[in-house]
Amino acid sequence: MDSISLIGTASVVTAGLTVAIGSIGPSLGEGRSVAQALSSIAQQPDETNSITRTLFVGLAMIESTAIYCFVVAMILIFANPFWDHVIAK
Amino acid sequence: MDIRTVSPDQVMIWQWGPISLNATIVFTWAVMGLLVLVSWLVTRRISSDVQFSRWQNLLEILVKGMQDQIRDISHQETGIYLPFVGTLFLFIAVCNLLSIVPGYTPPTASLSTTAALAICVFVAVPLYGIMNRGLLGHLRQYTRPTVFMLPFNIMGELSRTLALAVRLFGNMMSGAKIGAILLAIAPLLFPIVMHALGLLTGLIQAYIFSVLAMVYIASATRAQQEREQKQEKEHEEKGEESHG
Repeated sequence: MDSISLIGTASVVTAGLTVAIGSIGPSLGEGRSVAQALSSIAQQPDETNSITRTLFVGLAMIESTAIYCFVVAMILIFANPFWDHVIAK
Repeated sequence: MDIRTVSPDQVMIWQWGPISLNATIVFTWAVMGLLVLVSWLVTRRISSDVQFSRWQNLLEILVKGMQDQIRDISHQETGIYLPFVGTLFLFIAVCNLLSIVPGYTPPTASLSTTAALAICVFVAVPLYGIMNRGLLGHLRQYTRPTVFMLPFNIMGELSRTLALAVRLFGNMMSGAKIGAILLAIAPLLFPIVMHALGLLTGLIQAYIFSVLAMVYIASATRAQQEREQKQEKEHEEKGEESHG
């Protein structure tokens, strides 16, 4: 296998794996936090405002890990430095 | 937007010799102009009467809502925080919400815009901290709870700036990308649904960006506040004892 096809294969497979594995953890975490927040709101409806705000901030924190994976996958597919190097040579 | 272009930085709109204007710059200035124009038009004929225009009503609701949120988060007076955090929120929200306009690519889908906004927060946090408790007091904050935490505090400061920038960039970029991909797979209905979802995501991201900025600023200014409150409480208790 020459280096072009090797780098192409590795990039595409790794990009898929990055999003696939990287979305498992954050989705589990987000599901848990939303479920907990909903039950807290059901118990204390008066605190809905502050619970919702904290929930959103927390969700953003959790989601950012998934976003990092997505950005890495996008770099691997669209702006891959190794690929550019091999193509330019 | 083409699916190959990762960021609107690469979309050239106008080029003349060495000078080139990409989509990010053009749309950033368009959004800034729009915000300034609307606020100037509305506040030109502002009235404290019972009768006022519906645009003034809109701006009052926005400012009041932002004030309430800032007060809830920081437990302080909103005066010096409102201009910075409110501007961040308004700018990002308008940038993201305008994405329903055809031919518009949100400037927040470019890493340079979001990095600039995150650097603004990175600079503003120490500024507010120094304004609140002086230079030494702010620097001492980095050595809490012990001196050994100093490198970790500095790293945290840097990494959260990176996180702010990449979070907003990733969310807005993924919205545009998903729209483009779905346009190729299922042309009619799904892109519209995802676009509507993108409006919600854009507003939430604007909210989260400004709330996180406010949380960081509040964490740099709060310890002072808590110490003062504790001292006041002790004073009150002493006063009660002496009175009793």
